[in-house]
Amino acid sequence: MLPWYLYAIILQQPKISVVDITIRLVWKGLVLIMIRDITIGQYYPTDSVLHRLDPRVKLTGTLLFIVSLFLFHSFFGYIAVTLFLFSMIKLSQVPFRFIVRGLKAIIILLLFTVLFNLFLTPGEPIFEFGFIDITREGLKSAGFMAIRLIYLIIGSSLMTFTTTPNQLTDGLEKLMHPLHHIKVPVHEIAMMMSIALRFIPILLEETDKIMKAQMARGADFETGGIIKRAKSLIPLLVPLFVSAFRRANDLAMAMEARCYRGGEGRTKMKPLKYSSRDYIGYMVLLVYLAAVIAGRMLENVF
Amino acid sequence: MDRDMIEVKDLAYEYIRRDEDGNVESINRAIDNVSFSIKKGDFVAILGANGSGKSTMAKHINAILNPTEGSVWVNGLNTAEEKNVWEVRQTAGMVFQNPDNQIIATVVEEDVGFGPENLGVPTKEIWERVEKSLQAVGMLEYRTQSPNKLSGGQKQRVAIAGIMAMQPQCIVLDEPTAMLDPNGRKEVISTVRELNKKENVTVLLITHHMDEVVFADKVIVMDNGKIVMQGTPREIFSRVNEIKKYRLDVPQVTELAFELNKSGLNLPEGILTVEELVDALKIQLRKKETSKAGGISADYI
Amino acid sequence: MQIIFDHINYVYSGGTAYERHALKDVSFSIQKGEFIGLIGHTGSGKSTLVQHMNGLVKATSGHIYYNGEDIYAPDYKLRNLRSKVGLVFQYPEHQLFETTVFKDVIFGPNNLGIDKLEAELRAYEALKAVGIGDDLLDASPFELSGGQKRRVAIAGVLAMKPEVLILDEPTAGLDPRGRDDILEQIEKLHEDSKITIILVTHSMEDIANYADRLLVMNHGELVMDQSTKEVFARYKELEEMQLAAPQVTYVMNALNDNGFHVRTDVTTVSEAKEEILKLFHR
Repeated sequence: MLPWYLYAIILQQPKISVVDITIRLVWKGLVLIMIRDITIGQYYPTDSVLHRLDPRVKLTGTLLFIVSLFLFHSFFGYIAVTLFLFSMIKLSQVPFRFIVRGLKAIIILLLFTVLFNLFLTPGEPIFEFGFIDITREGLKSAGFMAIRLIYLIIGSSLMTFTTTPNQLTDGLEKLMHPLHHIKVPVHEIAMMMSIALRFIPILLEETDKIMKAQMARGADFETGGIIKRAKSLIPLLVPLFVSAFRRANDLAMAMEARCYRGGEGRTKMKPLKYSSRDYIGYMVLLVYLAAVIAGRMLENVF
Repeated sequence: MDRDMIEVKDLAYEYIRRDEDGNVESINRAIDNVSFSIKKGDFVAILGANGSGKSTMAKHINAILNPTEGSVWVNGLNTAEEKNVWEVRQTAGMVFQNPDNQIIATVVEEDVGFGPENLGVPTKEIWERVEKSLQAVGMLEYRTQSPNKLSGGQKQRVAIAGIMAMQPQCIVLDEPTAMLDPNGRKEVISTVRELNKKENVTVLLITHHMDEVVFADKVIVMDNGKIVMQGTPREIFSRVNEIKKYRLDVPQVTELAFELNKSGLNLPEGILTVEELVDALKIQLRKKETSKAGGISADYI
Repeated sequence: MQIIFDHINYVYSGGTAYERHALKDVSFSIQKGEFIGLIGHTGSGKSTLVQHMNGLVKATSGHIYYNGEDIYAPDYKLRNLRSKVGLVFQYPEHQLFETTVFKDVIFGPNNLGIDKLEAELRAYEALKAVGIGDDLLDASPFELSGGQKRRVAIAGVLAMKPEVLILDEPTAGLDPRGRDDILEQIEKLHEDSKITIILVTHSMEDIANYADRLLVMNHGELVMDQSTKEVFARYKELEEMQLAAPQVTYVMNALNDNGFHVRTDVTTVSEAKEEILKLFHR
């Protein structure tokens, strides 16, 4: 749900500038798709164990899981990760077909990753087509990268399937709270995030409406080279910005009218409180962490 | 002595436009020497065309704007004093024109709870207030829904619930129906009337739709920053020519009654609804019948 | 100029849980010079319907013919259609973006690729037609009042010189004077240039004053297609669809019910006044 982990993948590829640029463009599109997914119906409402967990447990767990994906290089490691992931999928009670739907968005990235690793990893050649060869290392590398990507998407999707956007921002706010001692405006950031979540569907709808209104005046957003298309976005972006500013102004007035004055003295309607279920969750994560570390150490031995 | 809910004394407000160097470019005296008062529990409407100063007036009541001259008092508190601001805003809640731009949360009940959260109300009480407010506006069954799925009228009702949850003594509504369709308008106005009657909340409704103010206790008409007419709805509506001069409108039946009277009929003043007009016409027509029969001259040409 | 809708259906989000049948078997035709009102409850499909008229939205099934040509034919240029069928959206002032009023209005003609002089002439005429004075041509559109902005936005569509002008709730959010101004301007346009007008509105009183014919939408279906008077005579049916007739129509019907013989096909104040005065002069 955040792009940083995709950078992690990219950093592991052999660096070629064309690849870089292409992947950057692809992930920008993905981020937009993912934002859409989070804000428009990614949450799957049901009453599973995962759903009832405190969002902080889930945030920590997802982070841990993603880090663990990059720590293994052996089959044993991947078996452990797979076991963990699939048991979480089972616990979430989210139908499998929903989970794999999220993968559709990254098909292109997946293809790129597999192909680049397949053809561009140096090592012992297995097949040869002219000057392009596929190496054993390439096969292994491609396989691992593909699995990492897929598990990455599934893992973070599980979190957004089982946690509402509000719970997410509340969880982040609580986790980041200690930072306010070093003057980080934690409450304000969380408030901004939840307001953004609230307005993204509205802004998307407005984009559609403005686009149609300009198309009714003969605007063309589809044809032309990069420069022409960038220019054609002006009649779309200027009204959007103006509207966004107007909304922000209205919203600020409405918030002040309801006595909002920052985080001081605010109480919460739905405060986050740990229950025994959450402590068990943390224990499970601790066990997983131990397994991850142990597994990595064993790999080094072998 | 029961003090007034709202008191406005010699209020003036100027919008000052400055150019890039900070020099004054233009001054717009949006409110020019306005005074009026509103009693507790009243339903008062301020009518005016765009640019009459009515919205600017509304924003003074909850201290969003401060007077350039004069003063505004809410429940005995001077709105211009910084130390009063939050109490003023809790006493006088405000509902705005754009339904979307005042809803903060992604779930209806959470948005209604936003106000109480800001006031530091304990969690358990927040839930009680949220339920009570949603019930009062008739939106309780939508409590877990996303606001995006609601109609304009429903969104405004949620916004009203959000204000009610702060337990204000008075609600100011700044053109709450301007962006709604006729059904939405009816929904919102009837909700507000209910709140005024049942919860005894003082209401100040800013609008340019005449049909929304027929039940008000008092109507104030603004034009060019000044108060130009003040009185009960019936008193105001009967002065059709003046209303039109101030770029406002009357219900079609009021206009028809006015036109008929111009042509010599003698219908009573201030007819506001279809029923009233039909009844008045029936009386006139029956008079005509009897006068025809008895030869007494009737009140018509 | 002729528009024909032939059994148009529009379904969106088909195949998912959110599938909606927004337009159901809609058929009608519009001739040159008509002034048509399109009414219906919120969500009845009015906006969807008008967006089909200039090809912004493609029907799921059925045909649309503009001047006899099928607009869904593979070689049909939809961009040309959009210059002939002008669509003004709700709150059109939200689409203003240029640095000056004039530049914003000339955006449309420029997109059509016509020569500069002709484009400037059209923009100038369009601004005149909506009553925007010369002193505002170089002003930023964002500095104008709400009503002025709206008229500039309408000029932006008029500058394309469309044969049909569709306006989706052009009076939404305006005060009574602003409303009267815009409607009068639209009527003047209709009289002066014989442009075909389709007005989507919620105000029965407004549409009764201007439209000859009404299309009534209800839950995606076109349920009435008759003259204004004929539609409002069926006010009991309209009420079941969350619509109504103008107030004066109710007055006349009530008088009739009370035994006074008056015409009930009255939809405007002046007609009502005439009819009622007749009662007194008998």
